[in-house]
Amino acid sequence: MTTDTEEMEDLEAFRARARSFVQANLRPADPDQMVGPLRNERTDEQELAAVARERQVQRMLFDAGLAGICFPREYGGQGLTRDHQRVLNQEVAGFEYPSRIQAPTLSPCAAVLLDFGTQEQKLAHIPAILRGEEIWMQFLSEPSGGSDVAAALTSAVRDGEEWVLNGSKIWTTGAWWSDWGLCLARTNWDVPKHRGLSVFILPIRQPGLDVHRIEMLNGSKEFCQEFLTDVRVPDSDRVGDVDDGWTVGTRWMFHERMLTNSPLVTVPAGMSHGGSSKPLTAVARDAGRLDDPHVRDLVGEAHMLEVVDRHLRRRIGEGVSTGAMPDQSAAIGRLFVGVTTARIRSINFEIAGAAGAAWTEADGELAFAGPDFLMRQVSCIGGGTTEMARNVISERVIGMPRERSQDKDVAFRDVPRSASSRP
Amino acid sequence: MLLALSSDQELFSETTAKLLEELVPVGELRRLRDDPVGFDRGYWRRGSELGWTSLLVGEEHGGGSIGEHGLVDLTLVAHEFGRHAAPGPLAVTNVVAATLSETGHGGDGVLGALLSGASVATWCLGEPVPNDRLGSIALDIRLDGDDVVLDGIKRPVESAAVADHLLVTGRTGSGLTQVLVPAGTPGLSVVPMESVDMTRRFSVVSFEGVRLPAASVVGTVASADGQVGRQLEWALAIACAESVGAMQAAFDMTVEWSFDRYSFGRPLASYQELKHRFADMRTWLEAGHAISDAATRAVATGSPNAAELLSTAKAFIGDYGSELLQDCVQIHGGIGVTFEHDLHLYLRRHTVNRALFGTPADHRQRLTDIIEAHEEVA
Repeated sequence: MTTDTEEMEDLEAFRARARSFVQANLRPADPDQMVGPLRNERTDEQELAAVARERQVQRMLFDAGLAGICFPREYGGQGLTRDHQRVLNQEVAGFEYPSRIQAPTLSPCAAVLLDFGTQEQKLAHIPAILRGEEIWMQFLSEPSGGSDVAAALTSAVRDGEEWVLNGSKIWTTGAWWSDWGLCLARTNWDVPKHRGLSVFILPIRQPGLDVHRIEMLNGSKEFCQEFLTDVRVPDSDRVGDVDDGWTVGTRWMFHERMLTNSPLVTVPAGMSHGGSSKPLTAVARDAGRLDDPHVRDLVGEAHMLEVVDRHLRRRIGEGVSTGAMPDQSAAIGRLFVGVTTARIRSINFEIAGAAGAAWTEADGELAFAGPDFLMRQVSCIGGGTTEMARNVISERVIGMPRERSQDKDVAFRDVPRSASSRP
Repeated sequence: MLLALSSDQELFSETTAKLLEELVPVGELRRLRDDPVGFDRGYWRRGSELGWTSLLVGEEHGGGSIGEHGLVDLTLVAHEFGRHAAPGPLAVTNVVAATLSETGHGGDGVLGALLSGASVATWCLGEPVPNDRLGSIALDIRLDGDDVVLDGIKRPVESAAVADHLLVTGRTGSGLTQVLVPAGTPGLSVVPMESVDMTRRFSVVSFEGVRLPAASVVGTVASADGQVGRQLEWALAIACAESVGAMQAAFDMTVEWSFDRYSFGRPLASYQELKHRFADMRTWLEAGHAISDAATRAVATGSPNAAELLSTAKAFIGDYGSELLQDCVQIHGGIGVTFEHDLHLYLRRHTVNRALFGTPADHRQRLTDIIEAHEEVA
């Protein structure tokens, strides 16, 4: 954060500028946009049109000097502060915004490039990201293991000035319409797992990289799995040092846990929990139960959790940025939003009554309660599980003893693996 | 507690903590268990000299804050009160002092004595069931010539048996009226109650034809509703900050225990089942700090969402704070439910605050009222 207040645009001037841009250029938010966990509501054509519009909005923000508020000016950002970002968040509330470009493109991907990229990499990609020209995915998780990210099996083998990548990555949201991947791969099998990883950047649309769309239990096909077959990456597209990918990865996961708490992303004020901005009063009204004291208690509880989440995120964001709290405190926000979102889905389902099991088109908000409930645990899994967050909080924030692991001082090729991943 | 304090606030907070450690260490709290008053007047004077009772009072009446907002400073004191399970009528005396100052009753000596700690005052708000929570006010206050007459019952009233003055909130027709009643006024009776707190004393206070000159009315007759709302906001902000302090003390104590206590040859802190519960507790604690501070700031700055944030804070800290404290007890095992162990001092303080000025359920329902009101405006 800069302390150069002389040239810094003051907050009220910034607010006025943001407000006039937003009101003159952005459409009112689609009330159904991004409500609920990965709802299966759009055709592919509609999804692609929505992505195209978001790229366009991102470009408009860039041209208006409102993209990348906390990114350095050198890379096309505004070089402003967390407070300016918060003002922008307030001003875009109720309007469309490029939600798909926030995470993982701006954070963690662009955040990792800022932390570890070469000057050439930053100049090549960050301005393009801020202009809406590049949408990025995290090639991080693998089918062989979710939480144990450092046990990546995707391999990168050096061949002259290039690397040859083979393997599979999974749980990328929207890889089928994205442009670039930030990829963690194994470059050394003869050292313990954390010391044999490297990070690469690569275009998603290329021969040798197959994107397969995974159907979720509610019919959504936004999550993807990628298969890499002899994908060649120039050494100049390596991020961080060879075999030192875990240094990058640790920071990468910090940015991931910061989620919408990161000053690098825009989240309309009042919007949390995967984008839900619809109060449960609407659900209760559609259910004809808004006068029931028990339902009023549940509606109040859901609202309480959302408000607390917002203020907890703010506290952690400030604490981490000023150094009053360790970086690992990001896991506190991640845990809270995960479990409270799941609780809110349960409340939603409870209020819906029998319409949670069977509904018609005339049932309004109630129609989503059942499928959303089936997908409830998404908030506790995606972005790192809440179990991992609890490990991080207890071990790295409170300082309790680490869990024992069997793979610490063993060459990675000798570490026991899941049955499905054995050679 | 706030992440960033000014150096003056930090000094104030540290001085408060030091005074509490010196004058009301745990041994003293245990001694006060059987004391009918629950706190020592000399102790209260020392704290008042430090500023405990003057932060919400205007400078023209001898008060003044440390930082920009007196209420923020006061919640620093409240936080330390929670961390030390400290005795003394902090919330009610401050509510009365602030109200006297705001309504122009600052000059008659009553306020000065509250600021110096020479006297204490209390606020009579809650009433018997069904008005014990966020219910309506039924106590009758009527004008009779040049007098006001009070009839009704208030409970639980903190420190009523030792308060030199009682600020009574009652109803005159469709509006609220407040009267400052001196202790010992004929028709006033005070019956002590039992309480879960070690040092906070509560009473049932009955008013039977209590007659006072009309000059005893604080503010104006039948239109004190706004003032009463503000008083409730102050009381809630103080209670929330204090409860978070109690949660912090219990959490810190239990973390220490988890490192020191060995079972099956390893410290409790090494068991993943317990580590994960500590992670949950740490999260609730941090969330409690965040929402308590946000609510206090909203009240202090007159923000339109103050009521929403306060009810959020009161509901969240009440519910999740109880879970935290009770899980601290669970992790301690049998010793956690003994009188000998200190944990119950903080459990008591949180518990008493949870039940006063509206339960978590009351505040959740109030939140739904607030959402609906917003929707009607929009």
